[in-house]
Amino acid sequence: MSMAPLYIDGVSILGPGLANWEEAARILCGEQPIELAPIVVAAPALLPPTERRRAGMAIKLSMAVGLAAADAAGIDPASLANVFSSTGGDCENCHNILETLASSDRMISPTRFHNSVHNAAAGYWSIATHCTAASTSLAAYDATFGAGLLEAATQALASGKPCLLIAFDTAYPEPLYALRPIPYPFGIGMVLNPARSAASLASLRLALTRDPVEPMDDAQLEHIRQQIPAARGLPLLRALATGTAGRVVLDYLDDTRLALEVGA
Amino acid sequence: MLALKLSAYTLTSALGAGILPHIDALRRQRGGIVRQHWETVDFEFCMGEVAGVDAFALRPDLARFDCRNNRLAQYALEQDGFADRVRAAIDRYGADRVAVILGSSTSGILSSEVAYRHRDPASGRLPAEHRYRETHNAYSVADFVRHYFGLSGPASVISTACSSSAKVFGAAQRMIELGLVDAALVGGIDTLCLTTIYGFSSLQLVSPNPCKPFDAQRDGISIGEGAAYALLERPDSKATGGILLTGVGETSDAYHMSSPHPEGLGARAAMTAALEQAGLQPDDIDYINLHGTATPSNDAAEDAAVDAVFGRATPCSSTKGHTGHTLGAAGGIEAIICALALDGGFMPGGVGTEARDPRLHCNYLLQTVERPLRHVLSNSFGFGGSNCSLIFSREAV
Repeated sequence: MSMAPLYIDGVSILGPGLANWEEAARILCGEQPIELAPIVVAAPALLPPTERRRAGMAIKLSMAVGLAAADAAGIDPASLANVFSSTGGDCENCHNILETLASSDRMISPTRFHNSVHNAAAGYWSIATHCTAASTSLAAYDATFGAGLLEAATQALASGKPCLLIAFDTAYPEPLYALRPIPYPFGIGMVLNPARSAASLASLRLALTRDPVEPMDDAQLEHIRQQIPAARGLPLLRALATGTAGRVVLDYLDDTRLALEVGA
Repeated sequence: MLALKLSAYTLTSALGAGILPHIDALRRQRGGIVRQHWETVDFEFCMGEVAGVDAFALRPDLARFDCRNNRLAQYALEQDGFADRVRAAIDRYGADRVAVILGSSTSGILSSEVAYRHRDPASGRLPAEHRYRETHNAYSVADFVRHYFGLSGPASVISTACSSSAKVFGAAQRMIELGLVDAALVGGIDTLCLTTIYGFSSLQLVSPNPCKPFDAQRDGISIGEGAAYALLERPDSKATGGILLTGVGETSDAYHMSSPHPEGLGARAAMTAALEQAGLQPDDIDYINLHGTATPSNDAAEDAAVDAVFGRATPCSSTKGHTGHTLGAAGGIEAIICALALDGGFMPGGVGTEARDPRLHCNYLLQTVERPLRHVLSNSFGFGGSNCSLIFSREAV
């Protein structure tokens, strides 16, 4: 069975060669090729100077993606319930803590420690945007995008209010990179609205399925989709970019996948 | 919101394995916090360790998940006949109609902490036997539990520090109310690790003694570990005196990464939202299980928030003095303590607290009170300003 319909109000993306939604949309439509390049993301001006100095890639990336999606939806982020989905949170910070704990002086810094919680990016987001609404941070290994989409959708439908999904992944340095090779930082943002608005790009109905995923046509995009959990949302963004109504299947857990009925 | 029934539940902490030792410890005000050495930590500290985790062996077919966190996960799952109740629900609804939503803050990171001590000196590589995905990764414990039962429904780990396993009740409630699944296995599992021991120490938030929530002499937390589970389903058509989840309130402080808003504004909003969801007034709440970590600022902020919403009469206590602060498992453990209190008709008096802080105003219980209860509220607040309040109610028979 599928859940009640939702509307996607504003979408954003940040990844290698995918600098913003407009550029990504042309690539997803096949109008221009993707040129893989390291992502560039500035420290968010919204954060107070102390927090800005402490902001690593996870915080910068999630904030950029979240602000772009809220802006595209025309909604003040201060009022938006939000879901942060990420397989590993701030992987660089985690590696640094593990190195310190394996050294002769194990006293990790207070900042590194409070940045180690999986919801650190969400905490900085709430401070920067003054958002006091509900916020959930979750993980489901390679199924993390699907888990985030389900949580944001159920949050929006149950509350009757829009919910912002911020799906992002960062990369571990070695030695953990060898065990979890995420090649690039990558993020997708979108606002799920239980009511249609002027900013609505498409309608969406979610259900669980066992049907297969249709891979991305472009080999590099398909590689990104397979290597980065947050990029498992790319087939949905392709449907939004091409304006194609119909059924999109996203990877979720093993043989359990998400079927999305995308409408006008 | 649609109320859900806790059709089975269990918990394991420093107080013991399963429900019975917990009821006994809560009624008699027995604590499980002990000063000792642990792992390779170079100082003694007071902690709530679960006995027997080191020696526990995972089911052989799940050996790839072996780590302290998943050992505790399975050990706790097999108490009180809980796993059998889950299997019965799977038979009733189907493997794809039961969700697994668990809370954990640090998952099995201890495995990577140990592996980083044994990197190859030349290449820097981790030992070949280290399994990141099945141990350290944030999703590991839900992956493990999902495989333990052969489930194919939705699954995730919510990781919002010390509110993690309170928030799982909200996420599961929404999935069931919207018809995505018929039942959910929720709970929280967190185990001792160096990251939290050294991290809280560097923040100077660890007490040198067993913690004293709401005491004038309180000076920090005692780190604990534990696991708790509940099976959530739609209630039966006829009330049977069971325990219901009736309210969930979730908010953000938007104030500071590791300190609560000093007036407890986010906590206040979470409690108010939970009352609204439950359709209850503050006077309807018979007992509050406080977050009550025993740091000076946390307890002061929570006290201000409770005072603002409930006034100064509602009986309340923290059970962190019994179990220690089990971090990502705390919301789940304290949810089950609320269920035990409702079912048994008692309000647990605090452990470790000798004299209430005269600067705090809420009605903190120093002695256990035996009295039938109808509605109770549980608070869980975490780093990053993540707040969750849950309300549990006893069905009228």
